[in-house]
Amino acid sequence: MKVSYFPGCTLKTKAKDLDLYARKSAEVLGITLEEIENWQCCGGVFTTAKDEVATKLSSVRVLKAAKDKDQALVTVCSACHNVVKQTNSAMQNDKEFADKVNRYMGEDGGYDGSTEVYHFLELIRDVVGFDKVKEKVVNPLNGEKIAAYYGCLLLRPGKVMQMDDPENPTIIEDLIRALGGEPVIYNQRNECCGGYVVMEDPALAESKSKKITSNARSFGAERMVTACPLCKYNLEKNGSDLPVVYFTELLAQALGVKEECK
Amino acid sequence: MSHGNNNLKEELLRISGVNPKKCMRCGKCSATCPAYDEMEYHPHQFVVMVEEGNIEPLLNSDSLYKCLTCFACVERCPRGVEPAKLVEAVRLVATRRQGANHLKPDDVPGKLDEDLPQQAIVSAFRKYTK
Repeated sequence: MKVSYFPGCTLKTKAKDLDLYARKSAEVLGITLEEIENWQCCGGVFTTAKDEVATKLSSVRVLKAAKDKDQALVTVCSACHNVVKQTNSAMQNDKEFADKVNRYMGEDGGYDGSTEVYHFLELIRDVVGFDKVKEKVVNPLNGEKIAAYYGCLLLRPGKVMQMDDPENPTIIEDLIRALGGEPVIYNQRNECCGGYVVMEDPALAESKSKKITSNARSFGAERMVTACPLCKYNLEKNGSDLPVVYFTELLAQALGVKEECK
Repeated sequence: MSHGNNNLKEELLRISGVNPKKCMRCGKCSATCPAYDEMEYHPHQFVVMVEEGNIEPLLNSDSLYKCLTCFACVERCPRGVEPAKLVEAVRLVATRRQGANHLKPDDVPGKLDEDLPQQAIVSAFRKYTK
């Protein structure tokens, strides 16, 4: 199966491994990630203001590029996913906004909001299936206690993201189980790490991140997984004594292709 | 002055799409806000103060730059008021004023370390500048 792929800025720079592990794992699972040509950064955060149009055009162009190839669009980074999915929802549900956008699009042609957007986690749950993933595991995680850290962007706003129950998600835990690990459920798994506010008030990001990692540790976690480069940065920078890895690294490890990514 | 505030209130409601009249003053948005301790005005106060047209104090408060846009208040509001969208609208009205960018490009080098992901920088520019 071929899908359009939007990696985003950080997966080309500080989070190259998040991208490489995803590509290798996808191959094993029978999915070809076709990178969109000439994509631009999504901007990192979705602006909820209805009169912000130009800042959302890069996401609309990515969505349109996938539609032109009649493919679903896949993202791996939590932030890109949130921005692209919220933009797509605005194109579907806010006619005034969609009209303004389509006037900007000019000779590129309009976009109608019809591209199907998947986070890589959703793709392997809904298209591949966790049972199939389990069959492909060659290095099971041997019951390692792993804490899924969702943060905010994958799940919220729930009515737009529609990935999982925003207050009691299971998608990453189900993946951990499929890979042979033991998921650790803890209170702070869907609370914010501090995000971009680390640029404005590092102490705030530090206190939020410490609360999350100490909570995961108190429930017996040996390792944490995330889909977001900024979550990983905040958790690691603020004294986590637990290793924090991308979910794609865990996947590549269990599928036996981690070494090929080095 | 009250006329000016009414115009500003209408602008905020239009930009955000929020209807503050739906608020039943339960305070759950502020109770769940991860930036609560750092804020002078809390999410429920944004809703009440915009509804009352008491907007200038919000425009001048650092609380605008503490919101993490984590959507916890949006998700957990039992009335669907979506306070974060109102905070965002007030922040945009503030940063769109001439010379009011909260983050200056010259400030960035001093905030960098070798591990900081690009995502943090682009997100901060999107939130703190016009």
